[in-house]
Order: sequence, then C-alpha cells, then structure tokens
Amino acid sequence: MAAAQSGDRVAYERVLGESVGLIRAVARRQGVPPDQLDDVVQETLITVHRVRHTYDSGRSFHAWLAAIAARRAIDILRQAGRRGRRELHEPLAVELHADEGRASDAAEHAERAAALRAAIATLPPGQREAVEQLGLHERTLAEASELTGRSTGALKVNLHRALKALRDRLHGEP
Amino acid sequence: MAQAPDHQSLIHALGADLAPVRPLRPPLWRAVGWALLLAALAALLAWHYGLAPMLTRWRGAPDLAWAALGAVLTALVGGWVALSLGVPGRPVAQAWLVLPPALLWIGASGVGCLRSWLAPDTVLATAAGARGCLEFILAFSLPLSALLVWLLRRAFPLRPVLTAMIIGLASAAGSASLLEICHEFDAAATDLALHALAVGLVVGANALCGGRLLQPSRRRHVG
Repeated sequence: MAAAQSGDRVAYERVLGESVGLIRAVARRQGVPPDQLDDVVQETLITVHRVRHTYDSGRSFHAWLAAIAARRAIDILRQAGRRGRRELHEPLAVELHADEGRASDAAEHAERAAALRAAIATLPPGQREAVEQLGLHERTLAEASELTGRSTGALKVNLHRALKALRDRLHGEP
Repeated sequence: MAQAPDHQSLIHALGADLAPVRPLRPPLWRAVGWALLLAALAALLAWHYGLAPMLTRWRGAPDLAWAALGAVLTALVGGWVALSLGVPGRPVAQAWLVLPPALLWIGASGVGCLRSWLAPDTVLATAAGARGCLEFILAFSLPLSALLVWLLRRAFPLRPVLTAMIIGLASAAGSASLLEICHEFDAAATDLALHALAVGLVVGANALCGGRLLQPSRRRHVG
C-alpha cells in the first residue's frame, strides 16, 4: 500500500485484488447477507481509493482495511434496513391506490424523470459529466474520454460514484 | 444486486485513476501542532495578565493547580485522541484515555466548591464573573474546535460523532486551561456549574455539528 501511495499502479491493483477476500470476511462477520457482500467490497474499494493517504506504512494494513470494511458493511446494512422499512408499506399502498396506478402512470413517469434530472444536476461536475456522456448520450468510454479530456479510468470511477449518489438520493438516503 | 459486480474491472478503473498522494502525518505530529498553538495562546495571556496572580492563587488553593493540570492534560490527550480517531484502524478504546485527566480536572474543580464552607474568606466568583467564565470558554472553544476540525481535514474519522465530542472536550479543556491564567477568583458552585455548562455546550454543539462535518460520506474526495 505504501508503494501505491507513491503512485505504483501495479502494486496498487495487486493489493486491492488481494483485499477482496479480507473485505468479504469482515462483511460476513458484521452480518452482511451473502447477496450484499459484493456491494460492501465495491464500496470499500472505492473508499480505500479515496482515503489511501490515511494509511500509515508503519502500522498494520489489515487493521486499516478491516476498519474501513467494517464501517462500509454497517452502512450497507443500515441502507438495507431503511429500504426494507419503506418497502414494507408498498403492498398496502398498491391496495389502497390500485385504480389510480394506471391512470397516473404517465404523470408518475414524468415526475420520476424530473426527479432524476434534478438529482443529476446536483452531482459534482466530474460525476455529472460521466453520467451525461456515458449514460444519457450512450457514448463509448473512448468517445467520452476524447470529448471530456478525462482518462477512461477516471470516467469509470466517476460513473460508479455518480450511480451510487443517485441511488442514495432517489431512495432518500442521506 | 441482480448480478455480481466485476471487482476486477473496478480495481482496474481505480488503478487508472491512481495518483501519488502525500501520506497523512501521524496523529502525534499533528497533536504537537495543537499543543504548540495552546502554548502560544497561553504565552500571550501570560504576557498580558502576568503569572503572579495565578501562582498566588495556586499557593493558597493547591486544588486549583490540580484542576488546571487536569484541564491541560485533558486538552492535550483529547487533541491527540481526536486526531487518532481520524485514522482508520486505530483502536476506538483510546477514547477512554481522556477520562483520567478529565476526572482530575472535574474532581479538583469540585473541591473548590467546598471551600466556601471551609474557608469563608475566600474570594469567590460573582454571578457576573461566572458569566464571564462561561463566555470566555465558549469564545475560545469555537476557534479551538475549528482548529482541531481543520487538523482532521484530510483524516477519515469512522466514528464522527465520538470524534467531534472528544474535539469538544479537548477544546473546552483548552479554554479552561487558558482561563486559569486570567481567572480572578476561586471556584464557587455557581462558577463550577457555569464551567460545566460551557463544557457541556461545547461538547454538545460539536457532537451535533462536528459529527455532520466529519461524517465520512459527506467528505470530499482527496485522493
């Protein structure tokens, strides 16, 4: 990891690849269900990338990584809990408003599209750009990279972060 | 997720985005900066008010000196603990280290309250004086808390609320230590109560605002 801090990409990718097993183990210990383990792995890898400067080469890498993975596992469990509570009320809502559903489909669709547009507008410029180029205009990574001047790697990371931010915002997560 | 995500592709993307970073300085280094600032403020106040009145008070009431020592240690240890909590993997149990100096500070301050009965001639705080202490602690705690938050700007506190509370305690203790230099009277129950109120307000405000400020999900990317 110390080599990665100084920009060694090979060492960085190797250490991230080797971290997946430990992250999954930590997430399992925290009680994350098997179908959400990959979410924890992805979130932890992105967090590690973001805070890699906080690693102290004189201390245990495993302790550092495990602490981040445990935090992300708890976040995923909380998000799932909140989503679960909301979804519990959906059958009741459908029952109460069964007839209104079809009639208001178009309005609901327009409302969702507006909410999505508003959420995209609030993204940081780099993430908004990635969503617009790759998601809305359906450009290839190479085309988007040429148009924006950003590397394909940066575009992928920005798109991943943007999708997470949009998912959180549209589902009402903080 | 509907299908397992491709970790390798994310790892390649993160690798492509890799840039060299300056490692965060160890918490002890940054804590030295915090201690130096407190020392500089103390030197300014000592230059303005002089140390003689404080030393005279301490000779007459050694418990005040113990309370001041407790406050100084709480500020220093609290600052270091807060900075340590900003580094993933550091044991959270370190937070307990602020307890012994805080108990010394609070316990020795409490002894001062008994003196109004034991030594009735002691010069005690008036209501206005005690209010002045409250204002002093609040006024100094804000910039001191802001400084500790600034020292944590590149850190990643996994327990933001606990970190913010320790910041509040450290900055309130730092303010109380500085107040000792220009405190004109012995501690009375009202004075102590207002000190406690000030510390409570600072810790509570930090927990409310600092917790949000230090929340990992709200921090900007620095890598």
